[in-house]
Amino acid sequence: MGLEEYKGVYVFAQQVDNELGGIAFELLGKAKELAKDLNTDVTAMLLGSGIKGLADQLAEYGADKVIVVDDPELKDYRTEPYAHAMASIINEYKPEIVLVGATAIGRDLGPRVSARVATGLTADCTVLEIGDFPLNPIPGQEQKHNQLLMTRPAFGGNTIATIACPDNRPQMATVRPGVMQKIEPIAGAKAEIIDYNPGFTPNDKYVEILEIVKEVSNTVDIMDAKILVSGGRGVGSKENFQILQDLADVIGGTVSCSRAVVDSGWMPKELQVGQTGKTVRPNVYFAIGISGAIQHAAGMEESDIIIAINKDETAPIFEIADYGVVGDLNKIVPKLTEELKKVVK
Amino acid sequence: MKIIVCIKQVPDTKGGVKFNPDGTLDRGAMLAIMNPDDKAGLEAALRLKDEYGAEVTVVTMGLPKAEEALREALAMGADKAVLVTDRVLGGADTWATSTTVAGAIRNLEYDLIITGRQAIDGDTAQVGPQISEHLDLPVISYAKDIKVEDGHVIVQRQYDDGYHVVKAKMPCLITALSELNEPRYMTPGGIFDAYDTEVTVWGRKDLKDVDDSNIGLAGSPTKIAKASDKVRKGAGEVKMDLDADGAVSYIMGKLKEKHVI
Repeated sequence: MGLEEYKGVYVFAQQVDNELGGIAFELLGKAKELAKDLNTDVTAMLLGSGIKGLADQLAEYGADKVIVVDDPELKDYRTEPYAHAMASIINEYKPEIVLVGATAIGRDLGPRVSARVATGLTADCTVLEIGDFPLNPIPGQEQKHNQLLMTRPAFGGNTIATIACPDNRPQMATVRPGVMQKIEPIAGAKAEIIDYNPGFTPNDKYVEILEIVKEVSNTVDIMDAKILVSGGRGVGSKENFQILQDLADVIGGTVSCSRAVVDSGWMPKELQVGQTGKTVRPNVYFAIGISGAIQHAAGMEESDIIIAINKDETAPIFEIADYGVVGDLNKIVPKLTEELKKVVK
Repeated sequence: MKIIVCIKQVPDTKGGVKFNPDGTLDRGAMLAIMNPDDKAGLEAALRLKDEYGAEVTVVTMGLPKAEEALREALAMGADKAVLVTDRVLGGADTWATSTTVAGAIRNLEYDLIITGRQAIDGDTAQVGPQISEHLDLPVISYAKDIKVEDGHVIVQRQYDDGYHVVKAKMPCLITALSELNEPRYMTPGGIFDAYDTEVTVWGRKDLKDVDDSNIGLAGSPTKIAKASDKVRKGAGEVKMDLDADGAVSYIMGKLKEKHVI
């Protein structure tokens, strides 16, 4: 079958406990742009049990079609039934592009599906666009048009590569949450709903879930925060994070942290910014006592304004900060909080 | 019980990335280490060996130099080591890598395969699940605890909002998080033994049920269109000589200037 028979941009609409994640809407936002360039439409793949009601939400965020696979086997995420559902959709409907969130689910599902349908998968993309491959014509080699060009960081964020998948379909990518922009939802938008069930025959690959443990947190998702007050090893102790919390409270921000802080057990993993944590881009990012290793920078350097406070003037954080102050955070941060109290009501 | 652990030798990007004067990455100056998630996977296998008795075989694909990582694994307590190396395997993406490693593993007996979640150079987290697909095995990714019980594994599988306790029948494949454990050090005796142990070296012809169209650069569906060292955001201002009051008024000034307050 020719590659040109593959049409449409498909998005995995990840849901957990029958609630769609923000990543589903972010992927739809990007899919809409790609579909426009390719003159095609956007299809959401909605997999789960009792999830059909979520289709309208996907329509409001840009899905033209929603393929619903509703089956009790899909109640909680397990690799095999989900991979079977998605691979069956791909084989049946032949999309040219498939986007999956680079979440703890998507980074398991994506590779399994790509191996099953024998195509390439580019991980953790930060930029997706339509273009030519090779980028510039090379004598003796066909230049293919309308290819998905997938850009991703590698080497802990030190290098960046643009990757194409010219000879296999679909072109598959996982995308980090927080990177793509969702559209303003269009109230009342409707999508064409397609019910599809490939049939599920449990085997040894259908692993058994014995227990589901939710690690409930009272914390705001740092990816949604407009202002982040982020602390590193330099903060010194779990207790001393209180001065960051005080600053965050007065300026309407949220506390986040570096990996070293999580490794020391001072803060929970969900507050971690960086390569192995979350990617954030708030309006203001305070980097307090954070050296700014490349892995940390990879998760926050897209912030609009970066303000760094660090006693070590050679700290790499000063290479990416917009405004840096070399000094003692224990003196500066509480004073800053006091000054802010005077102006912020 | 027979356990296979897949490991990768990677340049150490932690705490000391070296740059050339022109701003590009100086890979030659960086230490080659066993990938941290893989090391946690190896430690998990060695703990299962300590507890239940097992034969642990480490497998890597890479340049001949990757033998160093295998020797380290042997010195930590692995029993056998296999190096898959061949010029025609070079330039492989995750698809071609996973078909190659699966082709090597088909020659071995196993109840359990453990890989790291992801390598710190590529960061894709794809090769483990893809190997499981090629070998038609159950996969449990992102493991933060592994137990073995009556022919099954019971694994805590990490998610963004908590974890699942998952049970799977062996043989199966598990990908390990570095949070899983604190890997042990090599022992002097282990190091001594490691250099007595023969490392099995396999090339293209030793891979089982692998088509030429699925290996190396040519067999990789994904192709690099462009690669560059990342253009870093330019530095802003850094104030070195302000006292605490000065620093605070400087920051306050910028917050006002940018209409944050």
